[in-house]
Amino acid sequence: MTETPQTTDVATDLAHTGAGALTGPTGKGAPVPPITPERHGMFHARDTGDTSGYGRLAIAPVTPAPATRPFGGYFDEVADALAAAMAERGIPESAIEQVTIAATEMTIYVSRAHLVALLQVLRDDEALRFELLSSLSGADYGVDVPRRLHVVYELLSMTYRRRVRLEVSVNVDDATVPSAVSIYPTADWHERETYDMFGVVFAGHPGLTRILMPDDWVGHPQRKDYPLGGIPVEYKGHEIPPADQRRAYT
Amino acid sequence: MSDNPTVGSADPGAEVVTAEQALAKSSRQSDIEALVASKGGDWDALLDDIEYADSEQIILNMGPQHPSTHGVLRLILDIDGETVTKARAVIGYLHTGIEKSTEYRTFTQAVQFLTRADYLSPTFNEACYCLAVEKLLGIEVPQRATIMRVLLMEITRISSHLVAIATGGMETGALTGMTMGFREREEALHVMELITGLRMNQGFVRPGGVAQDMPPGWEERLDYFIKVMNQRLPEYDELLTGQPIWKARLQGIGYLPVQGCLQLGITGPPLRSSGLAWDLRKTMPYCGYEEYDFDVPTTTNSDSYDRYLLRVAEMHESLKIIKQCRERLKEPGPVMVEDKKIGWPARLSVGADGTGNSLEHIRHIMGESMEALIHHFKLVTEGFAVPAGQAYAAVEGPRGELGAHVVSNGGTKPWRVHLRDPGFVNLQAVSAMCEGGMVSDVVVAIASLDPVLGGVDR
Repeated sequence: MTETPQTTDVATDLAHTGAGALTGPTGKGAPVPPITPERHGMFHARDTGDTSGYGRLAIAPVTPAPATRPFGGYFDEVADALAAAMAERGIPESAIEQVTIAATEMTIYVSRAHLVALLQVLRDDEALRFELLSSLSGADYGVDVPRRLHVVYELLSMTYRRRVRLEVSVNVDDATVPSAVSIYPTADWHERETYDMFGVVFAGHPGLTRILMPDDWVGHPQRKDYPLGGIPVEYKGHEIPPADQRRAYT
Repeated sequence: MSDNPTVGSADPGAEVVTAEQALAKSSRQSDIEALVASKGGDWDALLDDIEYADSEQIILNMGPQHPSTHGVLRLILDIDGETVTKARAVIGYLHTGIEKSTEYRTFTQAVQFLTRADYLSPTFNEACYCLAVEKLLGIEVPQRATIMRVLLMEITRISSHLVAIATGGMETGALTGMTMGFREREEALHVMELITGLRMNQGFVRPGGVAQDMPPGWEERLDYFIKVMNQRLPEYDELLTGQPIWKARLQGIGYLPVQGCLQLGITGPPLRSSGLAWDLRKTMPYCGYEEYDFDVPTTTNSDSYDRYLLRVAEMHESLKIIKQCRERLKEPGPVMVEDKKIGWPARLSVGADGTGNSLEHIRHIMGESMEALIHHFKLVTEGFAVPAGQAYAAVEGPRGELGAHVVSNGGTKPWRVHLRDPGFVNLQAVSAMCEGGMVSDVVVAIASLDPVLGGVDR
């Protein structure tokens, strides 16, 4: 484990190219954080000598890849319309950190400073018209990942029958994201759930309280450092640990 | 929000208020004159207290154990006489941490958790999750598995709508509607039991296809179901549709126009009752729904009665789809992807001991091939790895858009699963639908949204 090869620095690898993520040849802007940490070894074997043979294995972090033009499908039209609408309303191009096309879906990584303005544009612009916020939820990418708390906005355009995803990522010690309730009132309960489960504070929410857990609950259960709980299961003299303490195959 | 009045800040000339009253004033910031806490005891004394109070306004806690709130839903109603001036829904009483639990199971095992979220639409929960996982895997499930999914989803839609009408009827006193609804639901559940082995929470739809092929004798059973439903669905029209009491209770109640629906994210029958023909099966087809012949019924009155009419009409449409599935399923084929790294190796059949196994497969792994045994063991215990990334798949559930957001970190367990449950989102409309109406209409409005608290709280 001592001679692990150095993986490339994610920040320098994804250095800002200068061109906007929407209008440039690639959907690359300001660096987005990786979604997995750099990992060593296998099977969570740490405390004993390496008998698995996997001890020197180093797995580089996975970062969502920026898409290259043409994005394909309706994604180019959405990107062009969004770039035009942003220019019209004076939103800087740096508001878009990256555009990723994966699993036939478009994800736009945005900075939280311009989130509400972008949602307003996406809802109101004639060529975009994302009338419905289908879903808003959180994801915690784990303690070893920078900006680990992500908030995901699934937008749906009923006019053009399109979907697009907006994603914001923040650090745990500065987990504040502006609230979308003023644009999409449906975000009310979604944001309360995300606050309840992940501890993301939505600034400007009319009443950000817990919604699924009891009011006096301590902690945010869906964070990855929050234990699952459970008791060991006894089975014919052997003991099977709770689900969150079993070995993983990653 | 920041400068709430406190007990100490009252000016010295004011009369003494109790801490309880002050708390009520400070936290609610409303013009309530007196707070009468119901702690049991003598009704006469309690009513005297209310009489002495200057205001008619009462805060009423309806639920979470109230029989007409459709489940463990709590409503806090401010009522002025019989009029509801404020309605707030409190949820979370059935939160079981399904989304968190899936993170510690393999992608296949997670189905068994998610199917228990909205327990009246189990197949939809499974299907939308599996569609998202299949998007991440980049695989196409076999045609026959897709048709089977459509068949199971439409049978589930019928049984879910029947419960919506049955419980809605029970809550408004139409008890015959309740007995009829559950009678027909039994028929739907019998068919589900024959095909999947279980009445509810089947876990039958798996990433890559479905668990098993259609059982012997399914044609006759399905024909019987179609025949019975064709006979009995018109009985709902005879019993309820034209009935004056039913109409008087439902018409004009729970009004929510299309602007309100879009702002609050409401989908499903409430949205279609406001005139917008938004049904994901038609507008953004999945599972090959574009190849089926069916209509999306809509109405324009945006009230509870229209939502009832739509549910009955949608059951007829679902029957149409089921008939088409029956024709398409005549052609045999695989029901699980051929990729041996994903599809479970055995085509299971029910053995002599009642458990599912396959003698041929057991002979192969136990007697013929060591590698096959290893492969079987790894696939069942470790699962299959899904490439890192995220995907969102949505299906049209009985209550609206049911979506699954699945995140993978490249391992064999989902990193994060979020169910966008339509009941959760639709319940936000309670305030808009109930305020200004009567207390008795709150029950009707909630029944017209048809939330299932297992899905709401997950």
